[in-house]
Amino acid sequence: MYSRRVSSDRQCASPHHCDSAQLTSSVNATSATEPLLSVRGVTLRYHTKDHLITATYRVSFDVLESDRFVLLGPSGCGKSTLLKAVGGYMQPVEGEMLLNGARIAEPGPDRAFVFQEFDQLLPWKTVRDNICFALTASGKLQRRDAVDRAMHYIDKVGLTKFAANFPHTLSGGMKQRVAIARAMASEPDILLMDEPFAALDALTRERMQAELLQLWEETRFTVLFVTHSIPEAIRIGNRILLLSAHPGQAKAEINCPGIDEVDAEGKPLSDRIQEMLFDRIVQQGEPENG
Amino acid sequence: MVSTSIDRPDVFHDIAGTEIDVVERPLTAWQRIYDNGAVRKTVLLVVLALIWEVYARALGNPLLFPTFTDTLAALLSAIVSLELPEAAAYTLSLLIKGYLAGLAIAGVLTAFASVSRIGADLLQTLTAMFNPLPSIALLPLALIWFGLGDASVIFVLIHAVLWAVALNTFSGFRALSPTLKMVGRNYGLSSTGYIVWILIPGAFPSILTGLKVGWAFAWRTLIAAELVFGVSSGSGGLGWYVFENKNQLLIPEVFAGLLTVILFGLFVENIVFKTIEAKTVQRWGMAS
Ligand SMILES: Nc1ncnc2c1ncn2[C@@H]1O[C@H](COP(=O)(O)OP(=O)(O)OP(=O)(O)O)[C@@H](O)[C@H]1O
Ligand SMILES: [Mg+2]
Repeated sequence: MYSRRVSSDRQCASPHHCDSAQLTSSVNATSATEPLLSVRGVTLRYHTKDHLITATYRVSFDVLESDRFVLLGPSGCGKSTLLKAVGGYMQPVEGEMLLNGARIAEPGPDRAFVFQEFDQLLPWKTVRDNICFALTASGKLQRRDAVDRAMHYIDKVGLTKFAANFPHTLSGGMKQRVAIARAMASEPDILLMDEPFAALDALTRERMQAELLQLWEETRFTVLFVTHSIPEAIRIGNRILLLSAHPGQAKAEINCPGIDEVDAEGKPLSDRIQEMLFDRIVQQGEPENG
Repeated sequence: MVSTSIDRPDVFHDIAGTEIDVVERPLTAWQRIYDNGAVRKTVLLVVLALIWEVYARALGNPLLFPTFTDTLAALLSAIVSLELPEAAAYTLSLLIKGYLAGLAIAGVLTAFASVSRIGADLLQTLTAMFNPLPSIALLPLALIWFGLGDASVIFVLIHAVLWAVALNTFSGFRALSPTLKMVGRNYGLSSTGYIVWILIPGAFPSILTGLKVGWAFAWRTLIAAELVFGVSSGSGGLGWYVFENKNQLLIPEVFAGLLTVILFGLFVENIVFKTIEAKTVQRWGMAS
């Protein structure tokens, strides 16, 4: 099975993100032992009319502050379900989930979601009010401060000209940008993103990935990012959890340098991930996946 | 298979330059007028009024079918004498009372249905039972229970409004996208806040449909109740006005009363509700 060694050894495993990893670890020098989000042996089940469906089985992982933690796995392996549970929308039947040391009991504004669907914005509010509402609804900010902060984040995602537009007048990519701005504006402890770019065309997706990384460079938020695309996982993540097919079980948790790095045997990271995910013949000298 | 063996050369075309006669040209004044729906409908109305006038004159029997001009004259004098405005105001006040009471009860029922399964079952069963029952059919019973007077009319009005609004609102809540519901629950709103700021605006397209249908039922029911059971009280509304004038064989006044009913119905359905729709559902891009 997967050993503890890798998860404790989270220092700079790659040249690419070396500086940021160091920065992160120095910022969190005191809390390095305390993960921001800790998922321990979580099993999640759905009740349907005549079935009990196990979506994930005894999944464990830790997300540290400023992590770009990616959940990667084939379709139907329970990634969205895990994220929903972290969001507080469903309770595990086994195991526990702790955010800042407290058990996650219900949805709350300390976590912010970005979904895959374009219909996640409130259609009856303008772009600006969508973001403001997220800030004032919980009583976090007064209206005026909320407007300022909303405009700041709208600017960050490059939509200042569209602040007064209603969502239905925006393109899909713009809607996703608003959703990201909204999630970031509420300055949550952790951002939960469920395939936010999956419904976009390839070009837009690429650009949005770059923008997300740029935003991360600026604010160093913590994000838990779900995807079923290996290239996207490698691009976005600094840490990747691989989940097996249905029911989802953790197969491996690996560091990611941010590029499709070629290892000593000349095998690119994406191929190694592919092998781990789909259990194809593991070749000799394959690193810790046994 | 065969096509691969046929050798098709590349083809290049010259694009037509200046010889295309119309690339872009403003429409003629006549085309623009004809494109305007309001203009077309006004013309139709004028034609219908003309046909009415000509037919009534040819018939020459004002007791059966007064001319358009007589009707207009009756309408004007009834307005000037305040008879018609008073009747309309009375009808309207009844309607508003019944409508608001219906909405309030629908709100309670929907809230109950949203929080419990029994409530949902109750709402669905009651709606299935009572929705097919024309409200006016309840009036005789209401007259026994509440006596002659406004209370009976309001009772049937509530029945007319309640089911349409409750059912539409509830199904609107149900149909709200799960993503939007999750977003709403993420905001840390209180449960009333969640209903007011997320559920109601999210379900507004179906709520508006419910309001429109409820209005249409209520308006027709009210006029019918006043007409048939106009006896219900001394002072009367529009239906009563029509009923009274028929008894006195003042047929142009009867027509004037009916015209008022039509005009008022048109006003609410085509101006009030259209405006609400334009300001909300259409502006938000939620129109179905
Ligand atoms: N609401 C639900 N009721 C019952 N079963 C569900 C429900 N949602 C998901 N499941 C089941 O749980 C399992 C995991 O679903 P989930 O949506 O978490 O997968 P996923 O990894 O997000 O897949 P994808 O990449 O396609 O989004 C699937 O087998 C699915 O059938
Ligand atoms: Mg999913």
